[in-house]
Amino acid sequence: MMKKNKILKKAGILIVVAIALCIFPFVASTYLVDVAFFFGIYALLGLSLNIVLGEVGLFDLGHAAFYAVGAYTTAILNTRLGIPIFVLLPVSGLTAAGFAWLVCSPVIHLRGDYLCIVTIGLGEIVRIALLNDPGGLTGGPNGVFGIDRPTLGGPLVIDTSIGFYFLIWIVVGLSIFGLVRLQNSRIGRAWNCIREDEVAAEATGINVRSLKLLCFILGAGLAGLAGNIYASKMMCVSPESFTFMDSCMYFCIVLLGGMGSIPGAVIGAAAIGLFPEIFRSLAKYRMLFFGAAMVAMMYFRPAGLWPRKRGGSGVK
Amino acid sequence: MSLRKDNKSRESSQEPNQKEDVILETQKLTKKFGGLIAVNNFDLKVKREEISALIGPNGAGKTTVFNVVTGIYPADGGKIIFKGENLNGCKPHEVATKGIARTFQNIRLFSKMTCLENVMSGQHCRCSAGTWSSIFRTLKQREEERRTMKVAESRLNQVGLWEYRDMLAKNIPYGSQRMLEIARALATNPDLLILDEPSSGLNEEESENLMKFLKALLKERLPILLIEHDMNVVMGVSDWITVMDEGKKIAEGLPKEIYNNPLVIEAYLGKEEEE
Amino acid sequence: MLTFVQQLINGLTIGSFYALIALGYSLVYGVMKLINFAHGDLFTLGCYIGYTLLVWVSAFLTSLFGIWGCLAVGMIVSAIGVGGAGILMERVAYRPIYPAGRLPAVVSALGVSIFLENFIMVVWGPRYLAYRSSFIPTAYWQIGSFRITILQVVILVLSFLLMGLLYYIIEKTTFGAAIRASSFDRDTAALMGIDINKIIFFIFSVGPALGGATGVMVGMYYRQISFTMGWVYGLRAFTATIIGGIGNIPGAMIGGIILGILEMLGAGYISAAWKDVFVFIVLILVLIFRPTGLIGEKKAEKV
Repeated sequence: MMKKNKILKKAGILIVVAIALCIFPFVASTYLVDVAFFFGIYALLGLSLNIVLGEVGLFDLGHAAFYAVGAYTTAILNTRLGIPIFVLLPVSGLTAAGFAWLVCSPVIHLRGDYLCIVTIGLGEIVRIALLNDPGGLTGGPNGVFGIDRPTLGGPLVIDTSIGFYFLIWIVVGLSIFGLVRLQNSRIGRAWNCIREDEVAAEATGINVRSLKLLCFILGAGLAGLAGNIYASKMMCVSPESFTFMDSCMYFCIVLLGGMGSIPGAVIGAAAIGLFPEIFRSLAKYRMLFFGAAMVAMMYFRPAGLWPRKRGGSGVK
Repeated sequence: MSLRKDNKSRESSQEPNQKEDVILETQKLTKKFGGLIAVNNFDLKVKREEISALIGPNGAGKTTVFNVVTGIYPADGGKIIFKGENLNGCKPHEVATKGIARTFQNIRLFSKMTCLENVMSGQHCRCSAGTWSSIFRTLKQREEERRTMKVAESRLNQVGLWEYRDMLAKNIPYGSQRMLEIARALATNPDLLILDEPSSGLNEEESENLMKFLKALLKERLPILLIEHDMNVVMGVSDWITVMDEGKKIAEGLPKEIYNNPLVIEAYLGKEEEE
Repeated sequence: MLTFVQQLINGLTIGSFYALIALGYSLVYGVMKLINFAHGDLFTLGCYIGYTLLVWVSAFLTSLFGIWGCLAVGMIVSAIGVGGAGILMERVAYRPIYPAGRLPAVVSALGVSIFLENFIMVVWGPRYLAYRSSFIPTAYWQIGSFRITILQVVILVLSFLLMGLLYYIIEKTTFGAAIRASSFDRDTAALMGIDINKIIFFIFSVGPALGGATGVMVGMYYRQISFTMGWVYGLRAFTATIIGGIGNIPGAMIGGIILGILEMLGAGYISAAWKDVFVFIVLILVLIFRPTGLIGEKKAEKV
């Protein structure tokens, strides 16, 4: 009985949130809808990094690279070959995932901080490569311009803020659905086991190497999707959106929200993505306060804003 | 010595002649760390339906033998044969999947996961659902999850930790943590259980319970290999004892033989200085 | 050959910068197991403190100590200031958070880094600043067909003196033994009667102080400074730390030098635009084949 009530309550909350999300763009200003769009992008990036950092505990400080691969795949294939954005959505995801598989395979055995510096290195390599315009493909520091809007065929084009708002939040919603199910499966449990104790996980029969690779592949794939949507919203991409600083921000999203917590990643995205917007009035002191707020947050809530709850607190 | 169940059990320390009796065998196993030879041409035999103990003074190389057998360290020489199959070069998770489950000297649990989740992880290697079938909850995946839950629940019951199922592993008492680690190992449906000092840190009552538990496991026809320092436990449960010192086997035999073996006593207490 | 020697000299110079900054990462990491992401920005703070001294009070300082004296005072004041900032940072942002674990401390470090960077921007403004060139000795020696400036010689000598001094303290003194013991096992070291607070004070003051002094040297060498430069230098120095083996003092020095030389050779032989890619690829290759760095001890995890 209790369990049924709980499920009903959860479903109720979900429906209320979904309705609120649907009504929001029609009552809010275009500016706010745009802010909510970028919140959605941050949420998707937070969710994607949460797989790597939160679930498996691997320090990935180069996540912007996967985001960049997704965005540039879309940008280049769309502007060069005219492939529609929606076709490129899965293509970008798969390219980023494939890239992750390629670059992570040789380094996946590294531990802790050593893996961390390698991800930083990969992030920088990608950014510098984009800057240097290899083969005239990436447009150097200016990036790639003139990316199309997503079309659903015929006159149905997503070109308004509201359209993009729905696009990103539908993708976020679907990702959350998939990630929650993964979390409660053999794969999710094994990921957590690796985070807790790699040696014990391996000795219990968990293939640590392939599951670590899997988390990078899935995380990169989601980041690639975010890159696709971002590219078509902005209609241009440039290397300055994919710096080490950006990777750090995604890192903070996961930790501020709570390691391995799916609602946490969304809340963390709100904290990181919305803070600079809300405190616009602070002008040049804004980021100063932002840094201080991060320190304060870790003092008051070291486990994050919405940590993942596990099991009961006492004997049942 | 109460565990003699059939006529095949040994009456003396003669070499076992029936091959199929041996589940795990190491031949001339060697492991070096830099210049130190931790395990030196070590031969070990574990028979089906027996509890074998590996004993020896501190630093004799016992845990290293376990780590080499379970694939954590690669062997520098020799062979590991399990169920007639060569285990050399297998990764730890492959060894576990082939049927050797182990525990660690210093308990290694997934401390921020619940006790039930800890035990469920043991079934990981017996399931095959991948990313997509987990997301779409295919029939097969749901069937596997149900089975995982069933195995985990029964193993948790078996070690008497049912009441702790929803508590985080780090929050349960030390003695229970040891049992939880055994339950996790059992949840992999092993053919051989390797325990590294299972009674260390346990009080007398808990040790007694552990011994009863191990004997009960043997009734399930699960052979056990254990490292143990507590001689009461060793003498109480073992059918066969191998003694190692400085990486080498110095004796093996029935508990009563080992008990009186001068070489063993010397290894433990040191040689009397001759004047 | 010509390019090679010239790039070697240049690489050695910037390598010694990286090495000095890397020491700060390594000292803190060794004892606290924390990547102090704010270290790069402490270095920037050093650049700016040096800039302020050399621009605003230079006339006064020069009249007292002469040009070299003035530069020396700039470096010392900068080192003291940045060392103080390091202590303050540890007290405010790390000490209260450390009990909560490693990860919150990493976020806190990133927070401090953002704070410091923006603090510098607010105080000194967002535009590039330049060290006054009248202050910077421009003499050089022409040996054959390559040249070495007097500034490079001074920087190299000074860097090696500082590194040697630190090496001596860490490896040869009782206090250094205490630091090494703490980085091996902090809790046991504390039980053995080692005053951990003293060691934390040392690592969080000396590391940043070295960074601060390096800041002034970098300012003199490159002239141009900006509030975001901490990221670049911090990242390079951190990379150097990893190449050498994190938490390892001689490793950090050697890693820094190797990195500087690699970077300059990459710039000379490959292309300036791709030099960082070259550096990172070398880093990744080093780690693939030696997962704990060049000098990192091969610590098999105890199972």
